[in-house]
Amino acid sequence: MYVAVKGGEAAILATHDLVAEARRGDPSVPELTTAQVREQMALACARVMNEGSLFDEDLAALALKQSQGDAIEAAFLMRAYRTTLPRFGSSEPVDTAAMAIRRRISATYKDLPGGQVLGPTYDYTHRLFDFALAADGDHAVAAPEASMPLDAAMPRVADILGAEGLMEAETPPAGDPRPFDLTRDPVEFPAERDVRLQTLARGDEGFLLGLAYSVQRGFGGNHPFAGEIRLGEVSVEFTAPELGFAVDLGDVTLTECQMVNQFQGAKDVPPQFTRGYGLVFGHCERKAMSMAIVDRSLKARHFGESANYPAQQEEFVLYHADNVEAAGFVEHLKLPHYVDFQGELELLRKIRAEQAERAATADREAAE
Amino acid sequence: MTGSAAPDEFSDRKRWMSVLGRAERGQLEDAFERLGGIPDHSVLKAEDTGTVMVEGRAGGGGRRFNLGEATVTRCVVKAGDRVGVSYAMGRDKRKARLAAVLDALLQDESRRPAIEAEVIAPLEARQREIRDVASRKAAATKVEFFTLVRGDA
Repeated sequence: MYVAVKGGEAAILATHDLVAEARRGDPSVPELTTAQVREQMALACARVMNEGSLFDEDLAALALKQSQGDAIEAAFLMRAYRTTLPRFGSSEPVDTAAMAIRRRISATYKDLPGGQVLGPTYDYTHRLFDFALAADGDHAVAAPEASMPLDAAMPRVADILGAEGLMEAETPPAGDPRPFDLTRDPVEFPAERDVRLQTLARGDEGFLLGLAYSVQRGFGGNHPFAGEIRLGEVSVEFTAPELGFAVDLGDVTLTECQMVNQFQGAKDVPPQFTRGYGLVFGHCERKAMSMAIVDRSLKARHFGESANYPAQQEEFVLYHADNVEAAGFVEHLKLPHYVDFQGELELLRKIRAEQAERAATADREAAE
Repeated sequence: MTGSAAPDEFSDRKRWMSVLGRAERGQLEDAFERLGGIPDHSVLKAEDTGTVMVEGRAGGGGRRFNLGEATVTRCVVKAGDRVGVSYAMGRDKRKARLAAVLDALLQDESRRPAIEAEVIAPLEARQREIRDVASRKAAATKVEFFTLVRGDA
């Protein structure tokens, strides 16, 4: 129960100033620019864009600056801003096969058409501090350039296996329906794949990572292979009402992950590899992989698998993946609950008093 | 206009709109400097920032789903008797206005060759070069496997 409480206005205004001062930190240290955050904290910006569900690198940088680097607070700012904007419509589905690749690896095929391209990754670093970065000065590095660009055609690994018929097919349902939009309509269960993928794409990276890890450790029973991970730029096309044809809006950076899972087959389904899919804004590989593992575990119902574990239970996963909602509910406990608490306190005192009264009566009766 | 037109009827316009949408504001300001200033035009739809919901497909080719939104800025102008349109990602309203004016001018066949040559072609070349450099840097990280041969020889 909430009861309007007046007062605290001056305190609130003072806390706005105090948090602004805390955000700025020591004024003898130069202030961060949002361009610096965008360029030099790009992976943090990617996380904020995903969980804020809005692709805009400059806004993500501003959100991180404004929230002192609190990723969930930053995602909240993105969500709040989004609600102030009109929506022009929906894009054509992005074509990740046509991605301008910067990284593309497969853990299932060594020699795949187009090759294994490591791209910008921390995978092969030693996780030792580079103290040179802590020293003053410019640390710009020019990466080497090969004489030739990558192959123009870089087929998706899942499509290669699909051609052999050994892979669960991924084809649009009849009529290629418009996807469900959880920002417009309430989610109902059982949830379809489009609902699940949208929820996972904007879900909390840590939550999905934990669920994916639980699946791998046996709380879900899938054994995934990273069929392919690719990172790069993909053009977004939009059919504007003024034009009547699809216009190229520019590029989004995307990370895509295709997980390949064993499946023994069922009564109507021959043994085959099944798929889990992850797609996220920016370079956000851990999230894309986690999403793909959880996407597959949520197919349990579809494949007639028993759903005994959290990662297989869609109500559990979909209702708890959103960190802005989760933070809102957990953190609302900070709001005044004076009256609720007073009520509980009164009740507890009353029960204690009644117990004491009963005990005293029993003692008197025993003495008589 | 309708969507039922032949696929390549708009291919020239789609190409230059793509180039303009990917350009930076400063590049379009420079373009108008070279073209002798921004011509008179009226604004049909003022510069406005909104979003477009970006769709993906499950598995890359399957069921459509909503990935998340992207900020997009739109502007529609009229220059002479041509309607110029700009839609591009981001929140740069000035860029949207300049791109819409250029789109109108490019539809004027008497002006198109000069603008193509002075503005679109160089921007397109620059954009291609950026993409090519990124691809060649990625190619430098391509793994070359060696087979290790065991034996006593």
